Amino acid sequence: MTHVDGPVDRGDVTLYALSTCVWCKKTRALLEELGVAYDYEYVDLAAPARQDEVEAEIVALAGRAGYPTLVAKDGCVVGYRPDEIRKLLNV
Amino acid sequence: MAEQNPKEVDALYEKLAREAEAGGYHLNPDREFTRALVEGLLTNIKRYGYRACPCRRAAGNREEDLDVICPCDYRDADLGEYDACYCGLYVSGDILAGKKEAHAIPERRPAKKEDRPQYKKKAEEAGAGIKVWRCRVCGYLAARDAPPEVCPICKASKDRFEPFAFPGS
Repeated sequence: MTHVDGPVDRGDVTLYALSTCVWCKKTRALLEELGVAYDYEYVDLAAPARQDEVEAEIVALAGRAGYPTLVAKDGCVVGYRPDEIRKLLNV
Repeated sequence: MAEQNPKEVDALYEKLAREAEAGGYHLNPDREFTRALVEGLLTNIKRYGYRACPCRRAAGNREEDLDVICPCDYRDADLGEYDACYCGLYVSGDILAGKKEAHAIPERRPAKKEDRPQYKKKAEEAGAGIKVWRCRVCGYLAARDAPPEVCPICKASKDRFEPFAFPGS
């Protein structure tokens, strides 16, 4: 997990992403534009057991796995959906 | 994140663009976006040995990833319904012309492994219910839910296709 600092503190904000995915890249750029502090993990680069663990966590939260998945205290957003991300993070 | 050699990325980009246009498909005209996707494809070719979709987590074995090897099994259905494939590499003529914009679309791939096309057990189960469309111009037959946007053989438009065989009719 890598931390990205930002002036906007919304508690624990975690982005599960793929290092090869362009929508994940856009999501990171949006978070940085919004100035929200967050942690991210490139799941495709993690060990297989960790990949399964993350996937199970996303399925439990969202019903099915997909990337990017952004998790905050009030819920999660799967996919690059700027309006929903802004709403989730109240920015 | 491993950066790929720009020359290799450009070579694959040009090859995919050429193949797409020759078959009546289009790559996303947003060059920076598409180039990043092609770089992801190149990373996956080196990592897994095949062109796994850059926007889906690959299992790392070919059989399990077969339906998401680019172009994926879901591309054409997504092009028909959402004007772009899941990762946004391929887009419709409307997006190419700037009439519509590519955006994130829902995942069409079945969540359960056993429901994916490569795990359909019997041949009749795999082929059951598939429609066949005929290009009235050149006779090309396409076995799929809807005709392609452009005939890959003679480049006639989608509305030049007629139903050829519909199961149960």
